[in-house]
Amino acid sequence: MMSITNLQDQYDVVVVGAGPGGMAAALAALRTGVDSVLMVDREVEPGGILNQCIHNGFGLHHFGEELTGPEYAQRFLTDLLDHHIDIATDCYVLDVTPDRLVTLMSPSVGVRQVLAGAVVLAMGARERTRGAIRIPGRRPSGVMTAGLAQKFVNQMGLLPGRRAVILGSGDIGLIMARRMTLEGVEVPGVFEIMPHANGLTRNIVQCLHDFDIPLHLSTTVVEIHGRDRVEKVTVAPVDERLQPDLSRARTIKCDTLLASIGLIPENELSQKLGLRIDPTTAGPVVSSTMETSRDGVFAAGNVVHIHDLVDFVSQEALLAGENAARYVTGRRPPADNIKLNAGTNVASVVPHTISSDREHTVYLRVRHPLEKSWLRLGEVYEKRLRYVVPAEMVSLKVRPRFLEHFHGDSLTIDIVPRDEPGREEM
Amino acid sequence: MSTDNDLQTTQYLCIGCPLGCRLEVDEDPAGDIVEIRGFSCRKGKTFAEREHTDPRRMITTTVGVTGGLWARLPVHATEEMPKHQMWDVIDLLRTVSVTAPVAMGDVVVAGILGSEVDVVASRDMPAADPAA
Repeated sequence: MMSITNLQDQYDVVVVGAGPGGMAAALAALRTGVDSVLMVDREVEPGGILNQCIHNGFGLHHFGEELTGPEYAQRFLTDLLDHHIDIATDCYVLDVTPDRLVTLMSPSVGVRQVLAGAVVLAMGARERTRGAIRIPGRRPSGVMTAGLAQKFVNQMGLLPGRRAVILGSGDIGLIMARRMTLEGVEVPGVFEIMPHANGLTRNIVQCLHDFDIPLHLSTTVVEIHGRDRVEKVTVAPVDERLQPDLSRARTIKCDTLLASIGLIPENELSQKLGLRIDPTTAGPVVSSTMETSRDGVFAAGNVVHIHDLVDFVSQEALLAGENAARYVTGRRPPADNIKLNAGTNVASVVPHTISSDREHTVYLRVRHPLEKSWLRLGEVYEKRLRYVVPAEMVSLKVRPRFLEHFHGDSLTIDIVPRDEPGREEM
Repeated sequence: MSTDNDLQTTQYLCIGCPLGCRLEVDEDPAGDIVEIRGFSCRKGKTFAEREHTDPRRMITTTVGVTGGLWARLPVHATEEMPKHQMWDVIDLLRTVSVTAPVAMGDVVVAGILGSEVDVVASRDMPAADPAA
């Protein structure tokens, strides 16, 4: 569709990935005043995962209205095509060197190298598979990730099976429970190993309750049966240590098992590049300009840390694209002077450093759910929160005035319980 | 005056935020809401009222498309529709097929089920590359 044959040898900015992150980064780079941008994607068209997310609920923050995934993608693409941009689809990025020599491969151009003034990594994430959680049993067909099933059903017009058990209560799993039901597939249940659902309440109600699909918490799949095709799965409740109680196991007939058990940032290129990786996010360590540990290599979106809203991916990627263009045109902002540390109830924080001269948005994820709590940035700022859950990323605008009287070089950000005086024991 | 025994209680899960408040709506035999409980903000009360009296959903699905880049075209209703009409809309759309190219916003079914609501394409669907 957009496979190009007239690739240049050199670009101001090369963006790896044309999903929501890549599109926003490319757009911001062009708006910030670079002349040549190349965006590369291995799929046949730009848009990334949004193209298969046909449900609505996207764009409330970014566009101020609720859009379907394809609409959200097309809005960004339309804006992009107003500029001069080269888009290479059906094209793999095989390698990026520290000197920003990018090796590409596609049927239309073969293997080519292009030199980039700056690179934005926006490869997104991929789904965890059955192998990642080691479910015992045979290896029949019919076991796949929820996102793959989503592509089959929503784009290719293929049904993965007739009776599908869903493992994991992440949003993709919940959305697919509804989607499969609407397509005439029976969904006997969604099984979640944790004692709480991982998806949004809205999806619990509109994807499960609306269709009387049961959600079994603290329960997991312990065996897959069937030689050529899945015939049934064994499920069992788990204890507080997440160990299954096999004495209470039962089997469920099904021909399909969809796994919705989390996403992994796709960082093979980042690792080859030798970028510093944060073990808590599994993504590159980034500065407040979304620059990685390599000069002129930026990153944004799910490749940096897993987001729950595409709107925040776009915001982060606009920042990365703008700063990639600033890098190329010699207009870099002052370097960061404050390191951010995650407190005891914070699982991850992005970016990893900030600077005291301008405003930043800091994203964090808590370890444990809390109702009334304090969000604390060192001793310079605190804010009351009504609730926090691990499934919902928390964002904080850090303003220069918070840091007016701060002269240290690191700050710890944490979310701690807020005990109300006189509150009764629960 | 009705006694408590005449009241019918329905439970809802609030979708306003991750707190997921468990809401209860009491209805008297005349079908009027007597009391709403369990909410912790105004949003929750409004949600319970709406969900009890006129639940609506945004319907999104796909229709067939011939000669397109993909086999299915994502579509959506232009407004939320009554929840009880969802299956009728889905069953009708299952029989619909269009021909590429299609532009985002193109009306696929006008005034579905005799309503004022159109079902429109959620994206452009270019024709498949004949060389491919």
